[in-house]
Amino acid sequence: MSAVTSRSEIPVPEHPIAPFLRMDRIPHIWCPTCGIGTVVKCFATALEGSALDLDKVAIVSGIGCTGRVAGYMKLDAFHTTHGRAIPFATGLKLGRPELQVTVFSGDGDLSGIGGNHFIHAARRNIDLMVVLVNNFIYAMTGGQNAPTTPLTARSSTMPYGNFEYPFNLPRLAATCGATYVARWTCLHIRRLTKSFSEALHRKGFRFIEVITPCATLYSRLNRLGTGLDLMRFYHDHAEIRHGADLRDLEIAFQDRIVCGKFLDEERPTFSEMKDAHYGKVLGDRYRPMPPEGGWIHA
Amino acid sequence: MKTDPAGVLTGVHYLDGDFACGEGAMAAGCRFVAGYPITPSTEVVERISARFPMIGGTFIQMEDELASMAAVVGASWTGTKSMTVTSGPGFSLMMENIGLAAMMETPCVVVNVQRGGPSTGLPTMVGQGDMMQARWGSHGDYELIAMSPQSPQEAFNLTIDAFNLSETYRVPVMFMMDECVGHMTEKVVIPPADEIEVVPRRLTDKKPADFLPYRLDGAIVPEFARAGDGYRFHTTGLTHDERGYPVMSVECQEWNVHHLMDKIRLNAEQIVRVEEEQVEGAEVVVIAYGITARVTRTAIDMARRDGLKVGFLRLIVVWPFPERRIRELAGRVKAFVVPEINYGQISLEVERCAAGRAATRHVPHGGGGVHDPSSIYNAIVGAVK
Repeated sequence: MSAVTSRSEIPVPEHPIAPFLRMDRIPHIWCPTCGIGTVVKCFATALEGSALDLDKVAIVSGIGCTGRVAGYMKLDAFHTTHGRAIPFATGLKLGRPELQVTVFSGDGDLSGIGGNHFIHAARRNIDLMVVLVNNFIYAMTGGQNAPTTPLTARSSTMPYGNFEYPFNLPRLAATCGATYVARWTCLHIRRLTKSFSEALHRKGFRFIEVITPCATLYSRLNRLGTGLDLMRFYHDHAEIRHGADLRDLEIAFQDRIVCGKFLDEERPTFSEMKDAHYGKVLGDRYRPMPPEGGWIHA
Repeated sequence: MKTDPAGVLTGVHYLDGDFACGEGAMAAGCRFVAGYPITPSTEVVERISARFPMIGGTFIQMEDELASMAAVVGASWTGTKSMTVTSGPGFSLMMENIGLAAMMETPCVVVNVQRGGPSTGLPTMVGQGDMMQARWGSHGDYELIAMSPQSPQEAFNLTIDAFNLSETYRVPVMFMMDECVGHMTEKVVIPPADEIEVVPRRLTDKKPADFLPYRLDGAIVPEFARAGDGYRFHTTGLTHDERGYPVMSVECQEWNVHHLMDKIRLNAEQIVRVEEEQVEGAEVVVIAYGITARVTRTAIDMARRDGLKVGFLRLIVVWPFPERRIRELAGRVKAFVVPEINYGQISLEVERCAAGRAATRHVPHGGGGVHDPSSIYNAIVGAVK
């Protein structure tokens, strides 16, 4: 074999986000044209530019397609139970306050089975960044109806079309007390990455919803074509309206998707409220949890 | 090693079992508690929420028991010793993430101050009906440890032991109190901090590149890496290999789950703890735990006054069960008498271990009160005949 044709000598540049991934777990399990990988790419890109100490960044996922994200990120990573990513992350954050904790999970996990945790973590303003990947359906289990499935859209448990009202998630998050609220589709990679970058440097309950195509189930059950067709749909139907009225963010079946940053404000977090309050009422007697965690005795 | 003096309220106190359990947790170094209010357990977290701000601990009242248990597992992965507290209905909700703690091998303590069930049952009144749920309540196969105190003093002492066992074996430890012990007020002596031994988290000293979160290297449990120490590890509730990566195969399931069973089963003799009294030469041995152990003493005194040879075996650690000891005794005694505030749970385990070589007489009580000692006495008399 001549040196010219020897493949081993052709340098293969490392993918720029490879250092953020568990490359020994690639290829991933997501379907062709699934949008989750794009969201991961945007998140990793934001981390790369964030100057955060990655040793102090943890990621927590629940169950489902997006629930697999934690498993691919080269961070302290927790793949937990269905719906419980937020309370698990709450324990992680309060147990070691110096950690920067991101929750990465799907619409069914965070707003269905985990809905109660979602609203209370937002109310308490727990210092978590919550990324909710919304594909309008329970995809891992075969396309069942979700709390986000648009009216009239078909799912495997609403075979004649959905008649339940879906959540308007940005409005829910904002109403419950989130301090940063944005929505993008996975077509908006530059804007989504910017939102991640911004939110990584904010405090409190930060919520970013990302609409993604599920070609295998949502699109097939609703005859919407390929993943590429859905991306084209986002291109034609996404309306970027920063600061839009939260009531205008409902998503109807195959209708416009209002995207943008809707809320970006400061409000003391759970831990800041705790420290300030106890400092005031207990004075010198108050001993806050050390940034590195409770008494470790090592 | 010795505990952190900050959490130790050294002195002689007059405390109920719930408060004593809370003091035991703080003395053991517990610095994170998540819970949801439920009678008759709430006094444990009330005590802790009053004292935690002064000792560097965080208490959070979560939105439900699902969240409480999930937060405890999360907090434990930072190395901070963590606990939750509940009673029957909340215990049912916690089962999901008790399974997660077992699968991820997460040290933590779950206090259940038992009340009468099923369902909402008797919120303010005693029961011992969650003993099998403690062992089998979450789905799938796993092993864990359960303990049962009989007094406020023991609630204090054993809570420290519960934390230590959870660290040694990396399991959730079920602390199975009951309403009577929880609400009973007695003298509790809290020793100086330098007399309290605690088991530290088994933190790895390997370099991140050499560390695998579930590699055993011949030890009982793997070494631990805290979130935030640079190990960038992965853990999951899925069946996983020593890297903590999901592997969906018969072989990995066997490797993973077998280890969860073995770490307790192969060390059961080190974990088992009973208190025995006049068991040698006894014709009948009464086996009891928690508040029922104290009622049993009256019944045994009555029987001994009649000249009956009655021994007493009190379960302090309930799970793993003292199988070997019950088997030994089964060859020597006529019968075991097992009073408990349920319709037959631990008595079934006694019967299994006795394997027909001694009779087992269960003395049931539906809950809401303790046994009349005469019911236990009658069972003893009946067993001797």
